[in-house]
Amino acid sequence: MSRLVTIATSTALALVLWQALVTLASLPPFILPGPLRVAETLWASRALISHHATITAAEVLIGLALGAILGGLSAIGLASSHMARRLIRPMMVFSQAIPVFALAPILTLWLGYGLWSKVAMALLIIYFPVTSAFFDALMRTPPHWLDLARVMGANRRRLMWYIRVPAALPGFASGLRLAAVYAPIGAIIGEWVGASKGLGYLMLLANGRAKIDLMFAALIVLAILTLCLHAGVDRACRRWLDGKVVG
Amino acid sequence: MTAPPSLTLDGSARIGALPVFGPLRLTLKAGRITCLLGPSGVGKTTLLRLIAGLDEVTEFAGTIAASDGLPLPGRMALMAQGEMLMPWLDVLGNVTLGARLRGSPRDILRAREMLARVGLADHADKRPHALSGGQKQRVALARTLMEDRPIVLLDEPFSALDARTRAQMQDLTATHLTERTVLMVTHDPAEAARMGHAIHILTETGLEDVTPPSAPVPRAVDDPETLAAQGRLFARLRAPA
Repeated sequence: MSRLVTIATSTALALVLWQALVTLASLPPFILPGPLRVAETLWASRALISHHATITAAEVLIGLALGAILGGLSAIGLASSHMARRLIRPMMVFSQAIPVFALAPILTLWLGYGLWSKVAMALLIIYFPVTSAFFDALMRTPPHWLDLARVMGANRRRLMWYIRVPAALPGFASGLRLAAVYAPIGAIIGEWVGASKGLGYLMLLANGRAKIDLMFAALIVLAILTLCLHAGVDRACRRWLDGKVVG
Repeated sequence: MTAPPSLTLDGSARIGALPVFGPLRLTLKAGRITCLLGPSGVGKTTLLRLIAGLDEVTEFAGTIAASDGLPLPGRMALMAQGEMLMPWLDVLGNVTLGARLRGSPRDILRAREMLARVGLADHADKRPHALSGGQKQRVALARTLMEDRPIVLLDEPFSALDARTRAQMQDLTATHLTERTVLMVTHDPAEAARMGHAIHILTETGLEDVTPPSAPVPRAVDDPETLAAQGRLFARLRAPA
C-alpha cells in the first residue's frame, strides 16, 4: 500500500512541477503544453491514440516473442558447440557495432511500410541482450552439478536440457526484462523511418503539425505501454523462470 | 547390483610442473568404507575426481582399475558437499535425476521407497528450498542409493552440517552403504574414526595407513576406542609432515 502511495505522490509532484514550469515561464502550448491540456487531448483523441497504440503494441509483442525464441535458441546453440562459439560470436559482436538505427531504412526497404519492418527492428534491438544474458548463464552452470550429472552418465544433449538450461533460466529472465524495455524503442524507430500507423508515426505527425499536446499524449501512452510490458514480463519471469531456481 | 569390486589407484598426479600428489598406491577394499583424511589442499578431492573421471586439468600417470577388470564409468555414484540438489526439481525429481539424465524410465515406486529409507516419505513433493540442511543431505543420500552403484564416492559430503545432523547423516550413510566400495574424502578426524573400515592420511609426502578402531561401522560417537583413534588422527594431522 505504501508503495502505491509513494508512486501516486511522486506522479503528482512531477505533474505539479510540469504545470509550474509551463505557468511560470509562460510557455505557449505549441512549445510545451501543461499536463491538463495534454490530459484533455488524450481524452479527446482516445480513439485515434488507442488505434495507433494497438499497432505499436502488436509490433512490440511479436518482436519480443520472436526475439525471445530466436535469442533463446541462439544461446543454446552457442553454448552447445565450441565451433559455433568460435565462428558466430565474433559475427554477433560485430553486428552490435552497427547502430540498429542505421539499419531501419534498409529494413523498411526490404520488408515494406507495414508491421514486419517494425517487428524486425524490435527483434534486432533485443536479440543481442537476450542471447548474451542467456548464453552467459548457460556457460556458468555450477560445476558440482555438471560433475554429478556426468557421473550419472548424462550425454551432452541431456546435460544441456536437464541441467544447464534450467540452471540458466534466471539469466534468460534478466535478458527478457531488458528486452521488454528495448523492444518498444525498436518499434518506434521503425515507425519514424517509415510507417502509416503506430504511436511513433502519430508522434512524428503531431510534431510536424505543431500539435505538441497530441505528441505528448502519444508519448505518455507509449511510456505507460512500456511500463506495463516490463511489469508483465517481470511477473511472467518471476512466475516461470526465476522461481524454478530461487524457489 | 553385482558384488562390488575393489579398486586400486596407483600413480602420481601433477598439474603442469606442479606435483599434486606423489607416487602412491591406494586400495579401496571391496564392500568397505575407506576414509581418506588430510588437510585442505593436499589433493584429496583431486584424487577422488580422478577416480570419478571428472578431472580434466590434472595429468595422472599410473592406473586406476577395478579388481574385476571392468571399466569404471557407469558403476559409480557421487555425493559431494554443499547444495547438490537441483532447486527446480522437487524431491522426487531430484531422487530420479539419474534416470532422467540417462533417458531411462523413472522408477517412482523405488524412489519413494528410497525416500522412506532416509525418513523423508512425506516430503516427496517438496522443493529443496522448503527443506532443512539435514533433509537436503538425506535427499542426496536417497538419490545416491537410487543410483544403486557398486562404487560410491563421497567428497566431504557432511562438512556444511551442524554436529548433530552430521552424526545422524554418518549413521544413516554407513548403514545404507554396506556392501558397496566407498571412498570417503574428509578433513574431519572424528568422521574418519567413526566411518572408516580403513583410514588413510594423505600428506605432501604420500599416503599413511592408520589402524582403524575395532568396533563395527558406524562407531558410536562416545566409544572410547573411537575417541582415542580420533585423537591420534588429529595429532597426526597437526604434526609437520
